[in-house]
Amino acid sequence: MSYQERRTLANLVGTILVNVLYTAYMMQRYPTAGDYSPEIFHYWATFFLILIPISILAYIIIYIVFSILNAITTREVEPDITDERDRLIELKGNQIAAYVFGIGFILAMIALVASLPPAAMFAILLCAGLASEMLSSLLQFYFYRRGV
Amino acid sequence: MGKPFVIQNNLRRLRFDSNEMTQQDLAQQAGVTRQTIGAIEKGDYSPSLELAFRIARVFNVRLEEVFFIEDSET
Repeated sequence: MSYQERRTLANLVGTILVNVLYTAYMMQRYPTAGDYSPEIFHYWATFFLILIPISILAYIIIYIVFSILNAITTREVEPDITDERDRLIELKGNQIAAYVFGIGFILAMIALVASLPPAAMFAILLCAGLASEMLSSLLQFYFYRRGV
Repeated sequence: MGKPFVIQNNLRRLRFDSNEMTQQDLAQQAGVTRQTIGAIEKGDYSPSLELAFRIARVFNVRLEEVFFIEDSET
């Protein structure tokens, strides 16, 4: 397995871990107010605003830990350049991720049109974000493995 | 649309003829990663025109001596 393949798998595991742990932690603080209470909107806005810096910090930590573990276990030197194939694979992964998140956004709007509570819309957006990130990592792994 | 074709290459032979140059050496001289050279050799990745010329320049040969097309069977 190449360095890039291991890195995309580390990203995938990191994405799942961060999102699942953070969601599990925040769900314990879910307000008991009514479906359309301002508290609910405040909660979800806080949820997403805190998730962004936590994700960035987690990715930095995951990257450092991965680099150290990779160097220890494989003794392989990390490629010091990102070449055209890396960029193409990243672009393809991000393109599919954007489509998936777009579909999630439309589903979230449909949930509102169908008079579901706002929490459903936010939950769909959260799931779409997670699904798009996971799919992006999985596709990048596939392209590195099978060719692009 | 013309007849379908696949892009093949002589990278392995050219490396062998160049004093058994390693993929890592070729990658460094062409400015890409070793994994990309490996993928090109296996036919898993078709390089850009710019990279194809850079690889040809490393071996000091014409582009057609590195990359060529073959009619696809499908």
